Amino acid sequence: MKPFSYERATSPAAAAAAAARTEGAKFIAGGTNLLDLMKIGVEEPMHLIDLNGLALDTIEATSDGGLRIGALVRNTDLAADQRVRRDYGLLSRALLAGASGQLRNKATTAGNLLQRTRCPYFYDTNQPCNKRLPGSGCAAIGGSSRSLAVIGGSASCIAVQPSDMAVAMRVLDAVVETVRADGQTRRIPIADFHRLPGARPHVETVLERGELITGVTLPKPVGGMHIYHKVRDRASYAFALVSVAAIVQKDGSGRVALGGVAPKPWRDEAAEPYLPQGAKIFTAHLLANATPTGENAFKVVLAERTLHAVLAEAKGDAS
Amino acid sequence: MNDFSKWKFTRREVLKLGAASAGALAAGSLPAAQITDGGRKPVNASVAMDVNGTPQNVTLDTRTTLLDALREHMHLTGTKKGCDHGQCGACTVIVDGRRINSCLTLAVMHQGAKVTTIEGLGTPTNLHPMQASFVKHDGYQCGYCTPGQICSAVAVLDEIRNDIPSHVSADLTVKAQFTTTELRERMSGNICRCGAYSNIVEAITEVAGSHA
Ligand SMILES: Cc1cc2nc3c(=O)[nH]c(=O)nc-3n(C[C@H](O)[C@H](O)[C@H](O)COP(=O)(O)OP(=O)(O)OC[C@H]3O[C@@H](n4cnc5c(N)ncnc54)[C@H](O)[C@@H]3O)c2cc1C
Ligand code: SF4
Ligand code: FES
Ligand code: FES
Repeated sequence: MKPFSYERATSPAAAAAAAARTEGAKFIAGGTNLLDLMKIGVEEPMHLIDLNGLALDTIEATSDGGLRIGALVRNTDLAADQRVRRDYGLLSRALLAGASGQLRNKATTAGNLLQRTRCPYFYDTNQPCNKRLPGSGCAAIGGSSRSLAVIGGSASCIAVQPSDMAVAMRVLDAVVETVRADGQTRRIPIADFHRLPGARPHVETVLERGELITGVTLPKPVGGMHIYHKVRDRASYAFALVSVAAIVQKDGSGRVALGGVAPKPWRDEAAEPYLPQGAKIFTAHLLANATPTGENAFKVVLAERTLHAVLAEAKGDAS
Repeated sequence: MNDFSKWKFTRREVLKLGAASAGALAAGSLPAAQITDGGRKPVNASVAMDVNGTPQNVTLDTRTTLLDALREHMHLTGTKKGCDHGQCGACTVIVDGRRINSCLTLAVMHQGAKVTTIEGLGTPTNLHPMQASFVKHDGYQCGYCTPGQICSAVAVLDEIRNDIPSHVSADLTVKAQFTTTELRERMSGNICRCGAYSNIVEAITEVAGSHA
């Protein structure tokens, strides 16, 4: 790990200004992703701004019947919150399907959204990787791509965004709230938050330099059955090969996003009218533009089958 | 985000920092990125925390993880380093009442924290019930993962008492229960290479039963 200086943030706006002003500065929250990457030289911040003292660790009701989740709310606390369990069960389920008890106790809402890909070549500093070293090439294309994207990738990068939480938030139409270096705040719909790689895979979100996430809001609950199915290589403590986040209503209509298949949670509202026609037809629409590799073509089939199981579960319990 | 490719080092700067690691440079095989390492000077910081009831005040390199601070600076070597990347749970300690992986957090981030390690749970003559139960049930073979398993197990029982749900909880709207399925899921962040899992489950189950 390379040396870095360290400061504790005193206010969100001051932290954003400090991050924009200080060369090589990064925020640290739980540290569970950033430190992991610093240890292997993938991240090399010169200065860390510790957010942990900021009062962004509460979950509050909003005036329009939703919830506002502070950026520093730990994954454990978010998953355990009674309101989330009752009204946004999908979010609890997605969080509890991720990482381990120890990691969830540290990991924060904002850090989880911003966690970086688990592409094996991104982690291996001896390999070309456009995301880690822009312009160096992509070792995954033509390499081992089993865990990588089947849709939304580009000729530069086919990495997957690994957050389970983000997939649930996409279905829940969450909004990311930020403060920028100039003190201005803004609200970013989760659908627009993560970028597709295009020719610049190292730019993963629409956040600007120094911009700090202060929280995430959820609109008022939409009811329905909340189901998160995650398929992985072992039963626990592993990232998704494919995950399905769904809210299904009694009449069979609903919302679905997929995890593990794309550089961002993969949802297409235009495909959702097909959901009552079943997993096969719906998935054919949602993944119509998929371009899987030989090694990860199984994900397309797996997504359909996992959704089939989800819809069967929704039907069973709803009838 | 950060573009370090624009960093240029003069030969003089490289030589200057090379003096600090002459042995490594002599080997001549370090990639350029590592040679520029010394372009940054190590930064020290002080941090005070309570570890097992004892105030600890240490000055350390900001890069020091809580795990390394415990082991190398406070000489509490009960906490183990398995993977150093959050993947095994050997480094599990309890900070402010919660289990965490001490390898993935910096010591300087824990100003004022209350840390409990395996040494703070019990002593050889006065074992914590979880320690005694691991002994009774042979909840280990080599013992390397054991301090992490025990700290995790103690915290897991608290998490169930505090109604934290898990991936296998069937109904999120009812209070968390202790079952074997729950226990296995909740302990999945602690890997045991010796495969002592079934005895570990027995050891924890006995302690859980005596609490109920
Ligand atoms: C072994 C292992 C297994 C895992 N398994 C899973 C899994 O199955 N599913 C899953 O979803 N995740 C998994 N994770 C990832 C884990 O969820 C993330 O590491 C965690 O959520 C990151 O949160 P953090 O607060 O620790 O982030 P940090 O490491 O502190 O930060 C991550 C990034 O976010 C930035 N950041 C943090 N807070 C802010 C803010 N407020 N504003 C702007 N930028 C900010 C930081 O600068 C950094 O770039 C796993 C991790 C490990 C180590
Ligand atoms: S897929 Fe993306 S992250 Fe993986 S090697 Fe290619 S450029 Fe890097
Ligand atoms: S050493 Fe910390 S999880 Fe393995
Ligand atoms: S007892 Fe050997 S690793 Fe668990």
